Amino acid sequence: MLTEAAPSPAKAATIAPMLKVRGLEAWYGESHVLHGIDFDVAPGEVVTLLGRNGAGKTTTLKSIMGVIGKRKGSVVLEGAETINLPSRAIARLGIGYVPEERGIYASLSVEENLMLPPRVRPGGLSLEQIFTLFPNIKERLKSQGTKLSGGEQQMLAIGRILRTGAHFLLLDEPTEGLAPVIIDQIGATIRRLKQDGYTIILVEQNFRFAATVADRHYVVEQGRVIDMIENDQLDANIGKLHGYLGV
Amino acid sequence: MFELLGIPPQALFGQVLLGLINGSFYAILSLGLAVIFGLLNIINFSHGAQYMMGAFVAWMCLNYLGINYWAALLLAPLIVGATGVVIERLLLKRIAHVDHLYGLLLTFGLALIIQGLFRNSYGSSGLPYQIPAELRGGINLGFMFLPWYRGWVVVASLVVCLSTWFLIEKTKLGAYLRAATENPTLTQAFGINVPLLVTLTYGFGVALAGFAGVLAAPIYSVNPNMGADLIIVVFAVVVIGGMGSILGAIVTGFSLGLIEGLTKVFYPEGSATVIFIIMVLVLLVRPAGLFGRAA
Repeated sequence: MLTEAAPSPAKAATIAPMLKVRGLEAWYGESHVLHGIDFDVAPGEVVTLLGRNGAGKTTTLKSIMGVIGKRKGSVVLEGAETINLPSRAIARLGIGYVPEERGIYASLSVEENLMLPPRVRPGGLSLEQIFTLFPNIKERLKSQGTKLSGGEQQMLAIGRILRTGAHFLLLDEPTEGLAPVIIDQIGATIRRLKQDGYTIILVEQNFRFAATVADRHYVVEQGRVIDMIENDQLDANIGKLHGYLGV
Repeated sequence: MFELLGIPPQALFGQVLLGLINGSFYAILSLGLAVIFGLLNIINFSHGAQYMMGAFVAWMCLNYLGINYWAALLLAPLIVGATGVVIERLLLKRIAHVDHLYGLLLTFGLALIIQGLFRNSYGSSGLPYQIPAELRGGINLGFMFLPWYRGWVVVASLVVCLSTWFLIEKTKLGAYLRAATENPTLTQAFGINVPLLVTLTYGFGVALAGFAGVLAAPIYSVNPNMGADLIIVVFAVVVIGGMGSILGAIVTGFSLGLIEGLTKVFYPEGSATVIFIIMVLVLLVRPAGLFGRAA
């Protein structure tokens, strides 16, 4: 288990973490799910949370975003403690959240889904830039949000938070259930966002995909971070990772 | 003059107009209920009492402050809506996380308290409220006499209902409301202030009831029971239209008013129960209501 600031690449040694999570605990009702999560994310990094089903990866994202009933510990974003803030205030700090189920509203058209989140910071992508990234969305603007294919819904879910100016993205299993060609497109988008300076936490079960986009991987098990593997050390640690993930 | 199925046109169209008038009140009230249920998941049983408050506020404005009907038409919904905001902030917010039933019981209790307070202060025999001078009289259309005020009620109701529909279905604010209705947690995580939306929506739904109350004041006598008599029928309208359905509330409100009016012509004995018979049939065939989405 990581008890202190996680070891990080060279740049993290010199740059203050953008997100610092310490002793994060969370509950669903009476069920205690996170037991003290610790990790850091440096500005401009793509970090994945890997782990088996039920390990606490999604709950970690929800806890950072403040959309879980009860949580405690410390979540500091760019020096601001967010643990006691409501999720709407956390979003206004510049975090964009794409939930596991994508969160496309059935009662809204594609265009309304895209335009729904308010701008939280300057510098968000314009509609034309989003359509360049995801051309399919432009052709389906008037359709009901949930009439899109799974891949198109994922693009819409990512596109709508890029409009807001959020520069720190929480992506929960963006490749789940998608065709390989769409996974490639999502991967290319994440790499492009990284080049543009976005900081991203990615929850993934598919570590082969994660390896193509991430700088570091935190392994979550039973509500704790139990290891951190640099992406360039992944091959050397593949046996250990298989053990963690039960592959 | 021609007759239709042996009914003189004056009687037939008179009842059709009466049906449209009732339908107007059903539509505005069920629309308010649908808006509130959609976002708050609260079956607002105090809606009838809030409609009565609208009529009383108009009466008080006129008799205590000399404020005329037209000003009251704007002022009373604001005042009644503001009481709704207070109720939501002080009471409903505290039970937002528990079963719908608690909201229904709380608002039922509130309705009894509000009616009791007005009954104690003003009695239950009813207070007169004059039709505004501009809308007195009417026009003979040949096949029927149309009182101006009743025509105004139908037109005003249609405008308010369609404006509300437009607001909810076609504007950014409406998109926020629909999103918050469907997934409040995620909507809040986008930075949208859902608790404020909830409060304002309840206030708006209650203001609609207040507006209907002002419209009703010159037609029915202003009395503490006027809402209690109406609210059961309005709930039946909402169930038939589909709980939470905006379009359902509007279309069903006007349609059932018409059906009720026509039943008075052709089978007067059934006019008091026809809406409830339709409700039972709809529940048997389409439990989510004519315009509702199945869960």
